[in-house]
Amino acid sequence: MNFVSLSCRRSLLAGIITAAAACAGLATAAAAAEIGQIKVCKGLVTVDRKGQALEGSIGLRLETADVVKTGADGSVGITMSDNSLLSAGPNSILALERFDFDPTTSQGRFDAQLQRGTLAVISGRIAKQSPQAMTLRTPSAALAVRGTEFVVSANE
Amino acid sequence: MVTASLAALLAACAAPQGSVVLLPEAGGRDSAVVVSQGGQEVVLGQPYAGAKLTSTGPQKYSSNAAEVQAQFGAAMAALPSRPAQFTLYFVEGRDEFTDASKKSIDSLFAEIASRPVPDVLVVGHTDKVGGDAANDVLSRQRAEVVRRALIARGIAPENVVAIGRGKREPVVPTADGVAEARNRRVEILVR
Repeated sequence: MNFVSLSCRRSLLAGIITAAAACAGLATAAAAAEIGQIKVCKGLVTVDRKGQALEGSIGLRLETADVVKTGADGSVGITMSDNSLLSAGPNSILALERFDFDPTTSQGRFDAQLQRGTLAVISGRIAKQSPQAMTLRTPSAALAVRGTEFVVSANE
Repeated sequence: MVTASLAALLAACAAPQGSVVLLPEAGGRDSAVVVSQGGQEVVLGQPYAGAKLTSTGPQKYSSNAAEVQAQFGAAMAALPSRPAQFTLYFVEGRDEFTDASKKSIDSLFAEIASRPVPDVLVVGHTDKVGGDAANDVLSRQRAEVVRRALIARGIAPENVVAIGRGKREPVVPTADGVAEARNRRVEILVR
């Protein structure tokens, strides 16, 4: 697989970092820990995970407590395993605080926080199954998501 | 003096801390977002209903497509493709596609190929003819047939997961032992 071509910044250095991050991810991440995946990635995107900053890349699998950040030229699109879609514009910080999902029953809980920036959301199976089960917060407000498509900005 | 600084203070307090806008629904489903801030709550239930977040609580307003595009265009442009669902049907008791479903494989493959990092979940099902153990095996075999067909066409094996659910989840409820073509299926989710 050619990781260099998957890098958002398309620079060799970014490609090397991405490849290293992706390899480390393959070695350590259990399948059960995976909650979503980066599907769209432009410009500078990083993922803070357990004190480490990973270079964001198309295909990177995300875990609970990951914090996804975009730079001034960055944007990122994420598909969660309950089919929720989230995409952040430039200068955004999105924390995936909690994600529990039972694919058989669609029961679960999804809490995320947009600390800064802009975000588009299409809610998925968790919110459809239980209207109380998905909450998106900003530093000053809480959004209970009954469904399904909306945009939110915070502290721009 | 006092008035001026009070006005400045009020302006600072009312400075937007963000905004929320409900978008129109493609499928016309019920849609709403409840915005809570500082003990106050507003419900956004109509397309382009918006709320400005302020230190005095959420303030409702009407937004529009142009305004949303101007502020959120970059974020919206990065939305991933929506998940796509396919269903393929099988000949009774076999892991062989019906003739109609052989043709659907092409559109399934085209959908997967259109995505930069496809993630495919293949779930096999059976009708209610036969025992649980046999149907668990058959449903798994059906899912594996689809998985192998996709891998043979170039989809990376690590991106295709195949599981079987036996006869537990019929789309058409029937009594046990009833042959029902619509239940002999594999559901494929492409993300």
